[in-house]
Amino acid sequence: MTAAVESYEVTGRKSKILSRSQIRKARISGIALFLMAAVIMLVFVPAVSGVSTFGISTVTDFIQLSPISVPSAGSLWILAGVLAFLGTSQFMRGFQTKTTIFLGIGFFVFVLAMMVWASSGQQFSLVSMLTATVARSTPIALGALSGILCERSGVVNIGIEGMLLGGAFTGVVMGSLLGGWIGLVAATLTGGILALLLAVLSVNFRVDQIIIGVVINILVLGLTSFLTSQLLLKNPSLNDAPIFPSIKIPVLGDIPIIGPMFFNQTVIVYGMFLLVGLTTFFLFRTRWGLRTRSVGENPKAADSLGISVAKVRYLAVVYGGMVGGFAGAWFTLGTVGRFDEGMTGGRGFIGLAAMIFGGWNPIGAFLASLVFGFSDSLQQKFAVLETPIPTEFLAMAPYLVTIIVVAGLVGRARPPAADGQPFEKQ
Amino acid sequence: MDLELRGIRKEFPGVLANDDVSLVARSGKVLALIGENGAGKSTLMNVLSGLYRPDAGEILLDGVPQNFHDPGAAIAAGIGMVHQHFMLVQIFSVADNVVLGVEPTTVGGVMDRKRARAEVREISQRYGLAVDPDAIIEELPVGIQQRVEIIKILLRGAKVIVFDEPTAVLTPQEVEEFFGIVAELKSNGAAIIFITHKLKEALAIADDITVLRSGKVVGHADPATATPEELASLMVGRDIDLSVDKAPAKPGATVLELSEVTVTDDYGRKLLDSVSMTVAGGEIVGIAGIQGNGQTELVQAITGLLPVETGKVLFQGRDVTKLNPRKLHQAGIAHVPEDRNHMGMVGSFSLSENLILDSYYSDQFSKGLQLNRGAIQESALALVQAYDVRPPNIDNTGDALSGGNAQKMIVAREFSRDVPLVICAQPTRGIDVGSIEYIHEQIVLKRDEGKAILIVSTELDEIFSLADRILVMFDGEIVAERLTSETTPTEIGLFMAGNRS
Ligand SMILES: Nc1ncnc2c1ncn2[C@@H]1O[C@H](COP(=O)(O)OP(=O)(O)OP(=O)(O)O)[C@@H](O)[C@H]1O
Ligand SMILES: [Mg+2]
Repeated sequence: MTAAVESYEVTGRKSKILSRSQIRKARISGIALFLMAAVIMLVFVPAVSGVSTFGISTVTDFIQLSPISVPSAGSLWILAGVLAFLGTSQFMRGFQTKTTIFLGIGFFVFVLAMMVWASSGQQFSLVSMLTATVARSTPIALGALSGILCERSGVVNIGIEGMLLGGAFTGVVMGSLLGGWIGLVAATLTGGILALLLAVLSVNFRVDQIIIGVVINILVLGLTSFLTSQLLLKNPSLNDAPIFPSIKIPVLGDIPIIGPMFFNQTVIVYGMFLLVGLTTFFLFRTRWGLRTRSVGENPKAADSLGISVAKVRYLAVVYGGMVGGFAGAWFTLGTVGRFDEGMTGGRGFIGLAAMIFGGWNPIGAFLASLVFGFSDSLQQKFAVLETPIPTEFLAMAPYLVTIIVVAGLVGRARPPAADGQPFEKQ
Repeated sequence: MDLELRGIRKEFPGVLANDDVSLVARSGKVLALIGENGAGKSTLMNVLSGLYRPDAGEILLDGVPQNFHDPGAAIAAGIGMVHQHFMLVQIFSVADNVVLGVEPTTVGGVMDRKRARAEVREISQRYGLAVDPDAIIEELPVGIQQRVEIIKILLRGAKVIVFDEPTAVLTPQEVEEFFGIVAELKSNGAAIIFITHKLKEALAIADDITVLRSGKVVGHADPATATPEELASLMVGRDIDLSVDKAPAKPGATVLELSEVTVTDDYGRKLLDSVSMTVAGGEIVGIAGIQGNGQTELVQAITGLLPVETGKVLFQGRDVTKLNPRKLHQAGIAHVPEDRNHMGMVGSFSLSENLILDSYYSDQFSKGLQLNRGAIQESALALVQAYDVRPPNIDNTGDALSGGNAQKMIVAREFSRDVPLVICAQPTRGIDVGSIEYIHEQIVLKRDEGKAILIVSTELDEIFSLADRILVMFDGEIVAERLTSETTPTEIGLFMAGNRS
């Protein structure tokens, strides 16, 4: 791909010819942009009056910034204008290869308009929503990281949901008994043990990896539901774990907006930052990472160089599973301190979507999970603001965003070449 | 280092791939290993490089018995192999591929990429193997990828170097360069094993020739005295006629006509630039050209795999420019694709399934929703026997076939159809001389039945022995057209290099 682009630049023939699919894509995104502009003008504008107020600092902040107020109707007209302009330019000449990016900008503008509309005549705390965004994207980012570790070594892991749920459960039980830190370790180990099952069955017995993943999900869902009714309901003290407090990092935590978002969170959120950074480093800068990726791309080649495909896959999968179990602790030890049946609500699968959207790259996946976390915390905020949208519909937002992103925006991302393929030595 | 193999035996389920094979390769010499498709050459070399465990036999280096329980052990002992299908990670850089498994690191396993690059540069300078350490493999032409494979084994200090059909995918220039590299390695004292189907190559660079047939060593030849005909009959076990006998063509009505066909890529560059040509019934038209000059796109445009930007494709007088591949196929175009593993077959399907990939829906093979197993088996058996696909077990999967036998199976499927136009891209790539003889005969037979035949080949020898008329492609254009009887390989070679007529 890049070779083609380069030689194109070398010859300097700047051609205006677009391929058919590019033209069609530009048309469709143009229509989408116009539709969004129309919704703003026809639905939002008639419904607003007065000003929309956005709070950009919380009461505990060291530096207090006064809230920003904007006239609701006026800002909506401006935002609709921006969308209409983007839509027109798509039809005029398109943004060629950048169509997707501009569509993303269009969505962002539309979300801004929704926020103006929802907060018309009220105060909308932007900071607390953004802080919740980072918190809520944590299990998704960690789930994605778990998937990346497995798939980069060539093992498809769709059992992340089960690993999250398992981690959440053992986390709360061990946390109730022996304290939060032990709970966190127990959650991590649970994920590791489930991953070991995936590794044994896929590497040694070459069972279909999708099936193993489904089995892990169902197994954990059934087991935790059973234990909840048999154990936790009868012994409520086992379902009452301490919650990790938010820890404010000195100085950094006092920066307006950024401070509360990134530097006043729980250890699990910090753990996520650390794991994203470390895993990126491991995968792309170390010998272990090079071998892991080579096994995910071309296990035969790795084998012919004396690298043990099985060993590499075991390591990556178990590491990935531990990350997934750690993520599970967020649901219990990181938020409410108690376990409910099926409380992970498909976050593991959204994590898979973030993995794909982020191009199997930890940092990309983290950014993608922010998008999902944002939609999650936005819907919560809207529910509180009592917008006319029914809360049941609002609760669909993260899943809707997942579908739109995976179906519409994911274009060129390429999975590891040997993803999901068992390797057999002669 | 001298290598000796003694009594190697390797059995796959139902196939005895190597049966008591012994051979010797000496330091500073080139041993050519030749044999039919499926003779067991690749298997033997995979045993040597520790990828397969032999069922019996010994590997000796300088007289010392070795036990390679895995490829790492073979590498450590000084064995290096350039596989028939390259063992490279497509998305990695050259340097990362070269050092994989022997990575230079600083503290705690952190890659030392600077040293990796330096190591690649050092070897590429010492042996004259120019390559950019930071280039990404998938963006490199095959010839350069092969260099990366060679650098890889040199870095590991290989003293015994195996090349499995290295020249099959190279352009004539690249083959010349490759021979230069082999000479260099030889003068450095390496023992070289060179597998090839091109007997002229074996005679040109080998110091000794060992012939394998059905898993056994059937003879040795001295390149100084042997002739290609002798080698061929040693390989196949009968006399082989390396030239193609055919009567002059009697071209009939035009079957395929392209007028000003242009194909562009996503960036607006022309892959095919206003190509016009015809193929008539009863003639063989050969497309000559160095790989990558639009031949692939030409075939894909005709078979509906690439959309035609401007221009027309006429088949039997009918405009078929916009038809999809299945419609074109049904209209009567048979196609032997150049990339057999990806386009020609489904590796995990059995031979009988692969043989009906294009006609499973026909009345012959299906009744309503059901496949007619009996008819499928019967036709598969007949084809496998007629085209000598080995082993002739129609329940084996496509993956278990050796390279050349997979090609034979695809040719069998396409040639079994009674259609007016047959397109063959690289019909005999990786095929042994015995099978080439058979496939060439079939092609001429098809022509004599009055079919139109279009052959694309990078082998000038093949073009000259088959084609009645030759078109030369360069940079997406047809730059020359000659009747075979009125031209010479030298003239065509000049056109291939970009000279205009
Ligand atoms: N993985 C495998 N499983 C089963 N049979 C195999 C396997 N690999 C090779 N064979 C069989 O072993 C025999 C030897 O195959 P091999 O690939 O060594 O042939 P070759 O001499 O390299 O042929 P070619 O010139 O076509 O590459 C063939 O009959 C082939 O079908
Ligand atoms: Mg072979």
